Order: sequence, then structure tokens, then C-alpha cells
Amino acid sequence: MANTQELQDLVTQVRRDILRMVHKVNSGHPGGSLGCTEFFVALYNEVMELKEGFDMDGNDEDLFFLSNGHISPVFYSVLARRGYFPIEELNTFRLINSRLQGHPTTHEGLPGVRIASGSLGQGLSVAIGAALAKKLNGDSHLIYSLHGDGELQEGQNWEAIMYAAGNKVDNLIATIDRNGQQIDGATEEVLPLGDIAEKFKVFGWDVLEISNGNDLEQVISGMKEAKSRTGKGKPVCVVMTTVMGNGVDFMMHTHAWHGKAPNDEQLANALGQNPETLGDY
Amino acid sequence: MTTYIDQGKNDTRSGYGAGMTELGRTNPNVVALCADLVGSLKIQTFIDENPDRFFQVGIAEANMMGIAAGLTIGGKIPFTGTFANFSTGRVYDQIRQSIAYSDKNVKICASHAGITLGEDGATHQILEDIGLMKMLPGMTVINPCDYNQTKAATLAIAERHGPVYLRFGRPKVANFTPADQKFEIGKALMLSEGTDVTIIATGHLVWQALLAAETLENQGIRCEVINIHTIKPLDEKAVLDSVKKTGCVVTAEEHNFLGGLGESVARTLAQHLPTPQEFVATQDTFGESGTPEQLMDKYGLNNKAIEAAVLKVMQRK
Repeated sequence: MANTQELQDLVTQVRRDILRMVHKVNSGHPGGSLGCTEFFVALYNEVMELKEGFDMDGNDEDLFFLSNGHISPVFYSVLARRGYFPIEELNTFRLINSRLQGHPTTHEGLPGVRIASGSLGQGLSVAIGAALAKKLNGDSHLIYSLHGDGELQEGQNWEAIMYAAGNKVDNLIATIDRNGQQIDGATEEVLPLGDIAEKFKVFGWDVLEISNGNDLEQVISGMKEAKSRTGKGKPVCVVMTTVMGNGVDFMMHTHAWHGKAPNDEQLANALGQNPETLGDY
Repeated sequence: MTTYIDQGKNDTRSGYGAGMTELGRTNPNVVALCADLVGSLKIQTFIDENPDRFFQVGIAEANMMGIAAGLTIGGKIPFTGTFANFSTGRVYDQIRQSIAYSDKNVKICASHAGITLGEDGATHQILEDIGLMKMLPGMTVINPCDYNQTKAATLAIAERHGPVYLRFGRPKVANFTPADQKFEIGKALMLSEGTDVTIIATGHLVWQALLAAETLENQGIRCEVINIHTIKPLDEKAVLDSVKKTGCVVTAEEHNFLGGLGESVARTLAQHLPTPQEFVATQDTFGESGTPEQLMDKYGLNNKAIEAAVLKVMQRK
């Protein structure tokens, strides 16, 4: 496992990847991607127990499902830099004939992606299914999933939330990216979500909160705490507060950068705030 | 023409249940899911014998489809179970993204399909499901004709990788295909050879086609009756070989004439061998409450409708 400075360098480099990916094709979702960069870096480099090699049979290792698939840029960057596919392939994001589709999919066989997502609200069900399969197989590894907070407005989530608690799916850690934003504005103005942690608790989950999801050390210790709470009869929910667009000052504290790419000038500004560490693709 | 004997009425959903019982005993990767309709789906024996391999999701079909997709990651072969309307329209995006587009080996098993669902009425009687499912890339669509064929189909779909929509019904109907048949996905079955007209039927309408053919034979009309249980992928060769011989077609299905077997056959013919065709199907209408028999009569889904269609299409040759 890397030390915190190495992981912090990776965070900065992943931000550069995100910005450059979406800028090149003038499309994509930088805001949520930047907000979850610390989470993804921590998950794939410190938290998840992953096999050597990248066979995709799903056995004998932790699995991750991205439900809010639009933050594909951060997912692709972290997968590539972890070794799932060549870093140079990040050049092909959203281009025709590419494996790096706008929203993640299994369709082109991109290693590291286990389900298509993009239409919201479906990933928790899938994660539960994978968790149930692990139990049937006697595989004691864990399932991790990430969901948007606005995404929780989709009803299917609540079917899944009821199911996981009612059926003691306790090898599952679902993380909610609580950035308080969605396309049409703040979540509490569009369709108030209220106290998400309390809602999960009342539905029967074990809940913990990461109050600063953009502090790498907090994310790592929070996810390790979540891990320690698995296997005790309840699924685990992490409500992780983040700032959309984190790391780029003009993208923060606004909902405007959900799905908008920076122009040349904005890109230069953003990259200036995040100097190259591990090397641009 | 070849004669078929009704071995004793049985419901196709019980054929599914029997297939699941056998899969429970022979294929350890098969798991079952249900949305609060275990009795209707006839899977109690599967559950009793394999309690760890059954997942009750409650009245939450979208969640059921997603869980099924996730179970395949780990090598399971999930068979979902609920009514056909809840298996398709209700959860279309879930099937599309989490199953079809993600190429998950999920078998969507849909009971009480069509108008013969009966007294519950139109909110439950889906007549659009073949259309919905056939339009998903990679989805295999199967509508077996009787108890024996439904059991055989259930066994067969466990053997082949890929998402499948298996559609069957509520009422007891004639059971006339061999009990020990080996079901071949995608292969049309010639039930009776003829030269005057091709009747292509699926599901409950296959027996009706045989009844119609018998009556028409007595009028000197030799019908070639084909059972197409797999609407997708369609056995185009079987269709074209037959139609080359007969020169006219009647298709028969318990489904809207929009988007079902009939239109699949019509598309094939339009591309390769334009031919007069009549459609025995519902006429873009919802159903209503009634007994299965009354509804088949009222909505023109029986041997009499097929006979009339044959006479009409032969005029157009």
C-alpha cells in the first residue's frame, strides 16, 4: 500500500486526467468526478482487497459498482492508473469506437467495469446481487458501491435499501456522494432528500459519515471503519460529504459543472491549480 | 395431416415450475427470484428443495432485475419470476441497461402472459411484451406452446449464455408435444406439412392452429403448420422454405398485431419473399376481464379466427 503523499500525488494526477479527458471531447461530467477523486483513489489503492492480475471472473476479491455512472472520468482514470488498462487509452474517452464509453459499460469489454450504469438508481440492486453470489460461493470478500445523492431520488434505490437490510446483506458497503447538488440546482431545492444518514438507519442499515470526503486520510479511515462494521448482520452505508468540482476553485460550490467541459482557458486555469505529478497520458 | 393428441390439459406455468424443480436438482448454479408470486409461478418445490438458492424480493420488480444481474457476477444463472407485465414494461430500463446492455445471463420468466390471464383484466394482461423484448439487442424471446414444451424450454435456456425472455400462461391448455422433447432454441418446428397455406403460430395459438388445420383439411385445404416458439432469433429459413411452397401465410399469437411474431415474419418476407399474410392477434387493443376461453373467442385468438384468416389469405394469392 502506498503512503499518503503518493496517494495525494495520485489524486492530483487523476484530477488532471479528468479535466483533460472531458476537455478533449467537450463533454462529460467533471464536477462529480472531481468530488469523488479522493474516494476512488483510496478505494482502489488502499481500501479494496484486489487480486494480482486483472481477470474479471469476480471471484476471491472485493468488487466495486459505480451506480452514478456519469462520473466515468474518475473511474476510468483510477482504473487505468491501477493497471486495468493502458493509461494512454484515456485519450479515447467518448470517442467513437472506443472502449471508454461516455457512461461505463461491459459492452466493449473494458477491464474493471462489471455493469453498465448511467441510467440512475440501478447500481445498488446489482451490488446486492453480487453480494448474495459471494455468500453463496463462500467468498468472504466485500462489495463496494457508489451512488449520487440526487440519484437517491430514484425509487428503485429504496427497494434495494429495504432488501439489503431485510435480508442481512452484511458484506456490502454503499457510499453516498453527498455533494448536495444535481443538474437543476441544490438537491434540497429540487427534491429535498432530508437526513440521508437517518433514512438509511431507519431502513435498518449501519451508517457512518465521512464529514470531509475530500480529505484523503478521512476517506481512508472512514472506509476502513466501514469495513470493520461488515459481517455483523447489517449492510453498511457511508454518507460521504464532498464538494463537487473539488480541486478546481471555479468549479466548487456550484452545481454548474455537473456535465460541462472546461474550455481551453478554463482548462489551463484548472491544470495550473493541479500540477503534474505522475505524468500526463 | 399429422395428428396430435392432448395428453391432458395442463398450464404452461406448471411446465416452468417442473423445469425449475429439475434445474434445482441438476444445475447448482441456477438460482430463482420472485416478486411475491411464488404460488403463481409454481416454484414452491424449487424453494423447498433449494432454500438458499431462492430470493424473495417482495413487490419490487426493478430491484429483482438488478439483483439478478448482480448474481451473474459470481457465476449464478438467475431465473426471475413474476407476471409478464411486471417482467417487461414495468422494468424495461432495468432490463435494458443492467441485463441486455450488460450482457448478463439472466432468464426473465414471465407468467400469466397475454389475455388468457383472465379475470384480473387489462392492467395485468400484457399484449405488448413480445414486442418490447424482441427490440432489445441480444435478448432471446421464447413463447412455448404447452406444458411439455415449457418445461423443455426452461431446461434449455439454462444451458446457453445470454439474456432470455421466456413467456408462458395461466390457464390449463392442451398438452400435446412430446414429454421428452429436446428443446432447440431458435428452431422452428414443422408440425404438419401442407401445400396451400403456411400457418405460423406461437404459444397458446399453436394448438388452435392444429385444430384449424384439421377443419380446413376436411375442406380440402392442406395447411402447413409451424410452431415458432423462438420469436427471436427467428428461424427465417424455416419461414421462407415453407412460404416458397405455399405462397401465403397466417401468423397467430396471443399478442398485439403490432410488434409480435406476425410483424417479425412480415419483415422477413418483405425483405426476401413478399407474400400475402393475415394476422391472428389482438388489434391494438387492451384486454378485459373474462374467462380465458371467452377472451380467446371475443378477441379472435382461436381456431375459428385462424380458419377465417386462412380463407381470406388464400383469396389474396
